[in-house]
Amino acid sequence: MSEAIEVARTYLRPGKKLPTVWCGGCGLGIIMSAMLRAIAAIGVDKNKVAVVSGIGCTGRMPTYVDFNTLHTTHGRGLAFATGVKLARPELTVIAAMGDGDALAIGGNHFIHACRRNIDMTAIVANNQIYGMTGGQYSPTTPHGKRGTTAPYGNIEYAFDTTALAVGAGATFVARSSVYHAREAGLLIEKAIRHKGFSVVEIISNCHTSYGRMNKFASPVAMLEWMRDNSVSIKAAEHMDADALEGKFTRGVMVESDKPEFIQSYDEMAERVATDPAAVANVKKVIQSYDAMADRLKPENG
Amino acid sequence: MTGNDATAEAMRQIAPDVVTCFPITPQTELMHKFAEHVADGDVDTELVLVESEHSAMSAAVGAAAAGARAMTATAANGLALMWEIVYIAASYRLPIVMPVVNRALSGPINIHCDHSDTMGCRDTGWIQLYSENAQEAYDNTLQALRIAEHPDVLLPVMVTFDGFILSHTAEILEGLEDAEVKDWIGTYEAKYSILNTDDPVTIGPLDLQDYYFEHKRQQVEGMRHAPDVIREIGRAYGELCGRSYDLFEAYRLEDAELAVVALGSTCGTTKVVVDELREQGVKAGLLKIRSFRPFPEAEIAEALGNAKAIGVLDRSISFGAPGGPVHKEIKAALYGTGHEIGIVNYIYGLGGRDMSMNDIKTAFAGLEKVAREGTPDDNIRFLGLRGEGGV
Repeated sequence: MSEAIEVARTYLRPGKKLPTVWCGGCGLGIIMSAMLRAIAAIGVDKNKVAVVSGIGCTGRMPTYVDFNTLHTTHGRGLAFATGVKLARPELTVIAAMGDGDALAIGGNHFIHACRRNIDMTAIVANNQIYGMTGGQYSPTTPHGKRGTTAPYGNIEYAFDTTALAVGAGATFVARSSVYHAREAGLLIEKAIRHKGFSVVEIISNCHTSYGRMNKFASPVAMLEWMRDNSVSIKAAEHMDADALEGKFTRGVMVESDKPEFIQSYDEMAERVATDPAAVANVKKVIQSYDAMADRLKPENG
Repeated sequence: MTGNDATAEAMRQIAPDVVTCFPITPQTELMHKFAEHVADGDVDTELVLVESEHSAMSAAVGAAAAGARAMTATAANGLALMWEIVYIAASYRLPIVMPVVNRALSGPINIHCDHSDTMGCRDTGWIQLYSENAQEAYDNTLQALRIAEHPDVLLPVMVTFDGFILSHTAEILEGLEDAEVKDWIGTYEAKYSILNTDDPVTIGPLDLQDYYFEHKRQQVEGMRHAPDVIREIGRAYGELCGRSYDLFEAYRLEDAELAVVALGSTCGTTKVVVDELREQGVKAGLLKIRSFRPFPEAEIAEALGNAKAIGVLDRSISFGAPGGPVHKEIKAALYGTGHEIGIVNYIYGLGGRDMSMNDIKTAFAGLEKVAREGTPDDNIRFLGLRGEGGV
């Protein structure tokens, strides 16, 4: 049995939810399989993995994968995932989001999750459009490109997802594309292994909405665009701004070591519990509450 | 036209100063259509594409506070995300008009029709007009603007229509001419505007134990004036195009012994069932609620006065309450009128489950027994549900 079939048999939910809702040729299948290969390579028990999503095409991903999964509301995947991780720190928590989900309606959660450095992995499937609702321009639709709400070209400017994540303080940030499927899987694996908040942006294709409106004749044309218009970070170091114009870089943008949120939380709890002054303070507060409760008893007037 | 197209057409004709939008199924096509009108230069509206519904309602409030005619549209979770600002729009007395395409609120996630979204915000201070078909969605939108902006009312209005059932199915629409609409809505001069530098005002500052209560009482006053205004505008609309509107519609109700109360698209199906039953000699009738907020309790109690049994159809649940939202209002309306009428609540169609003619016949059949024996113990029933409690 090939590795791919083995991964599919182990981690996909057989039965009525498959085949997926995604259009034929959609990059989301490649991203899902990259995520599954990464989890297989790490070898974590699938009952110790939680995959959380919001709304949109990417939001459907937890439906198909056989982990602990939570399909939540638009933009809030990371907020729910944070709750999961705080309650069950031993779980490997992955939030799968689209660009609209992660960066528009959920943009605030995204930057604060980066800042907090909680040990989770955010996979941002960036197809530069709102796919499920019919091709409205999103925060990553490039300037000048078309959407159903920008029939004459987008006059706004796109977020650079990885730059945003770096700026907001994520401690592992990487980017790949669905054309570079193997690289995408390896980067997701690194991200999951990283202790801290990790972001992996995977450039994907929505030929149905984005491609149709932006002169990509087929899914293959979009994949070829990714092949021809991306450069590895190493190669980019030797290229000037003109040569990099219109291209995106692939690889690990940031990999840094900073105390992780849950670890810091536990350390704080330990510190407070063993600090006589802090313990005395807490006791004082509890005593004052007890005294108040006493005063409020009916028999005490 | 579909319900979405018809509503977008009404919006094009209204040509609001500002429209804010964010996509959500099944409203998305409405805003697509309107965005096309804007892009094609058919309407001179500032269309603001925001990053969430919370922002959509916030931007509409900002625009309306600056004296603009502002509209937005949404559905289900979008409305839920707006919640905070939905209250604020009403309490600032901003005449925003918002079509809401009814869809079930998560979870589990569902994109099909029920009324849990708008019923959930029945206490937000918005006027709510429910539509039976795309024509009514169009007509209600045009009237909503006049109702909202009426100086005795000054409250925002939700125009609701059933997701997919109405939003995505096509019917023949009788529209007004652009010039007629322009004349119908007139121009709008906000009484207070934050952009009026000669008479600067502050909207929404801190209002604590001192005056908050009085301001809430003023909202009640606006809502108290609304029924007369809705009726007056419904009559005037009839003079304009031949389709007049009231707070509710009594369909073959006058001598009806078995009455069903409903709102939304199910009313159309119910009318066909009523006609069939009438042919068989059953005295059946329908009371279709158009204005759920304000709720015209005295008039409804009077219209139902001759019934021997009432079946109230609710397309949403009020968990832990004695029945669905419509059911509770009907019972409250009848309290103290001296009529001891048997009432049964039929919860139906949650998450888009089809409401067939047979289901409605089942409801009427149940009412025959209620007419004989009065309100039964099992007076909250689930129409079309599998398993326990289902009928």
